Amino acid sequence: MSELGLILEILISALLICGAFFMLVGSIGLIKLDNCMSRLHAPTKASTLGVGSLLLASMIYSFMSGEGSVHEVLVMAFLFVTAPISGNFIAKVNLHRGRGTDALQPVPSDRVWGTYSEK
Amino acid sequence: MLSRLLPHPFLTALLAIVWSLLVNEIKLGTIVFGLFLGLMIPIATAAYWPNRPPVGRPVKLFLYMMIVVWDILVANVVVAMIVLFKRNKDMRPKWVVVPLELRTPEAITLLAGTITLTPGTVSADLSEDGKALLVHALDAENADDVCADIKHRYERRLKEIFE
Repeated sequence: MSELGLILEILISALLICGAFFMLVGSIGLIKLDNCMSRLHAPTKASTLGVGSLLLASMIYSFMSGEGSVHEVLVMAFLFVTAPISGNFIAKVNLHRGRGTDALQPVPSDRVWGTYSEK
Repeated sequence: MLSRLLPHPFLTALLAIVWSLLVNEIKLGTIVFGLFLGLMIPIATAAYWPNRPPVGRPVKLFLYMMIVVWDILVANVVVAMIVLFKRNKDMRPKWVVVPLELRTPEAITLLAGTITLTPGTVSADLSEDGKALLVHALDAENADDVCADIKHRYERRLKEIFE
């Protein structure tokens, strides 16, 4: 195996391990954290750096094997556009379900929030 | 006339690029078909997009994205440490109210997306009058610091880009 190939393989392995680590931390956070709003933080982590490193590894591998693939850029772009939206939806559900219960910390009430709007 | 044939030039370019990426090869055929889709889809859906969304300043927008990517890297490590090594009862989750100076809907959307993507903060809601964001912080000593950080680091730059 050539020198460059070895370096690239080490790089790919490092990226895979890094991605797997952050996915694992995201899942651990999902189990460990104790209230519904905190738990929302874990998946946003997993979907950014975790998936990002895995996709980068996949791209490097595809170029190394001579085929070259840029699909991954699209996956990343779609993920970055959709992750905040689904996160926002879950947060809104939490706001509705936790309203008036002690499952949520009291929401600052100096303004009318869109979710609680009476209009 | 031109604006009827080409209601959203940037969307046309974007669709052509996305199509080429989806097919995963650069050939004349895919580019032509991508441009065809890019021309037809905006015309077919023109009724739902009455206004042309502002593009802002592309160079500054690119720099902004680089800053956000860097922040995601740093914040991921910080939050991973919090999740792994901090006990639940030592966590200080907080609601943070971020009063907005931005008025452009696109800029507010980008700001909310940035806040959610950078780990440690999730944007939860927009106030009824659109003048404040409700943000949840995973572990924050002081709500005002988080708010000042968001305003200084992201909102200031978005204001330069869009307004």
